[in-house]
Amino acid sequence: MANMSLKKNPMPSQDPKVRAHNFDEVAIGYSEETAIDEALRCLHCKNMPCVSGCPVNIHIPEFIEKIKQQDYEGAYQIISETSSLPAVCGRVCPQESQCEAKCVRGIKGEPVGIGRLERFVADWHNAHATEAPVVPAPNGHKVAIIGSGPSGLTCAGDLAKKGYKVTVFEALHLAGGVLVYGIPEFRLPKAIVQKEVDNLKAMGVDVETNMVIGKTLTVDEIFEMGYEAVFIGSGAGLPNFMNIPGESLKGVYSANEYLTRSNLMKAFREHPVTPISKGGRVAVVGGGNVAMDAARTALRLGADEVTIVYRRSLDELPARKEEVEHAMEEGIIFKLLTNPTEILGYHNPDDPRDPKNGNVIGMTCIQMELGEPDERGRRRPVPIPDSEFTIDVDTVVMAIGTSPNPLIKSTTAGLEVNRRGGIVVEEATGATSREGVYAGGDAVTGAATVISAMGAGKVAAKAIDEYLQSK
Amino acid sequence: MYRITKKESLNPTVTFMEVEAPFVARKAEPGQFIILRVDEEGERIPLTIAGCDREKGTVEIIFQIVGATTGKLNHKNVGEYLQDFVGPLGKATETEGLKRVCVVGGGVGCAIALPVARKLHELGVEVTSIIGFRNKDLLILEKEFAACSDQLIVMTDDGSYARQGNVTVPLKEMLEAGEQFDEVITIGPLIMMKFVVLACKPFGVPVTVSMNPIMIDGTGMCGGCRLSLVQDGKRVTRFACVDGPDFNGYEVDFDEAMQRGAMFRDFERQAYEEACNLFREVKA
Repeated sequence: MANMSLKKNPMPSQDPKVRAHNFDEVAIGYSEETAIDEALRCLHCKNMPCVSGCPVNIHIPEFIEKIKQQDYEGAYQIISETSSLPAVCGRVCPQESQCEAKCVRGIKGEPVGIGRLERFVADWHNAHATEAPVVPAPNGHKVAIIGSGPSGLTCAGDLAKKGYKVTVFEALHLAGGVLVYGIPEFRLPKAIVQKEVDNLKAMGVDVETNMVIGKTLTVDEIFEMGYEAVFIGSGAGLPNFMNIPGESLKGVYSANEYLTRSNLMKAFREHPVTPISKGGRVAVVGGGNVAMDAARTALRLGADEVTIVYRRSLDELPARKEEVEHAMEEGIIFKLLTNPTEILGYHNPDDPRDPKNGNVIGMTCIQMELGEPDERGRRRPVPIPDSEFTIDVDTVVMAIGTSPNPLIKSTTAGLEVNRRGGIVVEEATGATSREGVYAGGDAVTGAATVISAMGAGKVAAKAIDEYLQSK
Repeated sequence: MYRITKKESLNPTVTFMEVEAPFVARKAEPGQFIILRVDEEGERIPLTIAGCDREKGTVEIIFQIVGATTGKLNHKNVGEYLQDFVGPLGKATETEGLKRVCVVGGGVGCAIALPVARKLHELGVEVTSIIGFRNKDLLILEKEFAACSDQLIVMTDDGSYARQGNVTVPLKEMLEAGEQFDEVITIGPLIMMKFVVLACKPFGVPVTVSMNPIMIDGTGMCGGCRLSLVQDGKRVTRFACVDGPDFNGYEVDFDEAMQRGAMFRDFERQAYEEACNLFREVKA
């Protein structure tokens, strides 16, 4: 009997007042009863529009059917046929613009909570499954994956399932890429990422940390070592800055640096070994998911006041709706249609050795209005003359995107990159201009989502398999 | 894990260490650096490579005990292991086309200047080295520099050894006397490099400086190591980890770099004191 409620079962979450001061996960997850109740909202449409909205084409109605039958492990097996990281995707995918956007129930009312169900199934599996993953029979081919973020882990998982001997080379000391250095604990607990990495290792995937490809080894040397194909999933690169005065003052961070200090280096702990500014007034410049993560991290680090400064309006905020709502509930201030023009620093005219010299004390901003649409159809923000004002801040986090990392392209002859430095690939296969070299994720597209990177890893794994089997 | 194969105290605050890291040793060139973590919970710190043995697969580092992490590193002994050791990072020092070079090192920066002087010497370049220290007790690597320099000048700030004064004194004298260098390469405290650049400016000698800013990943991701260069009157942002660590000395904004370097000074001082207390307790 279908559940015809127009509303999704709400996600149980920590109280905003409480969670603003801890790093525990915000969303608590569905109970079994709630999951079954939500599963009953699925109409099992014949044409399965939701599946076409998923970048990795999870067989959504099938896994939801298994939930109804209370066969949660069965549901997990269906998801893992196509997705390597269900516990991650169930948490960080922008379902509202993917599978759930296509859900028929969404026409009149809210779509089925597909993401929440996926998370329930993955968490159930992680809590109950005892069987080690099946180690596939080796097929004798070796493939190297550069980067252990979402695209690399997905590509590695898919190839390992087919019997390839896969080695993942990671530049940092810990595997997971943006899942460990970028996305905060309260949105994606690191134990979950570790579990996914451990699953891959149990399937025979080798993870080599402290290997900076382009420095420690080059792509050519990887081939010389006997690898027959290489997937580049090296992720986002150097942080962008606005090129306004004051960006080198003490207290100005890129979002990458701020989040890496807190997440990867555990600066959020009480006695950290890696420092980070805590407390005071924090401004985060930008409107994407990374900006929301930085702002909510600042709050949890003890900031008195956190402000998001974004040059367009609420409707244009590129962050997931849920993240924006969570941020607002937690008390983050949104200064929209606002753009910084200068960051102001302390200067003691009487004492050039005053240690406070160069500390951030404020930020001058200008009011913006929306003008004509740009080439992508988004209305371009235009400054309103003489509308400058100053806000008092102690810390500024720049979350305005990244540019591709130069290390691999500068050491790999024949690897074509575009004007912005992104690796050029054939979209249907992820193939680059070098034979046997594939790429995907932010290294190709520039900053994007976890699931689109996973989709790219999946596409490349299939293409690598076809390439090596036809060789 | 990376095994420590040699350790030697060069002076009370500076230690030499040789670490087994074959992948790093295979490629390391003068001017490049590594990032290490002492243990599982440790912070990532960048250290410039002081030398390497490609056959043995070992890399040499020389570090000054300035904070909690270098203090902890100094407590590791031969046969023990470092948690992480990654590299070689950054670009190697440019040596092509040089015939006469003056290498100017200050304090522990001499450890980084030495492999540069050695490589230049091996390439047949005429090397003049000027190395400076606060006092006699802090002097390091004099013999090593003598072995790879056509001329070596040692300076101490207080005159307790060799000639008294800072490194710019003999440099200025030589330039004023008409010495022609293709390049001056300087490595040491920011304030020293700033004054080396100022000393060279009237003579138009190219100056390369080696920057060692705050850094986390060291691979071009966090942007913590950014510095401002002034190129043709325009300010541009560069990242020491991928664009450096060597830069054209005339372009670097040293005052800004010094200010940024002090960003976490209070935190570092406190962490160092806590670590020192801990070591004292362990000993007691």
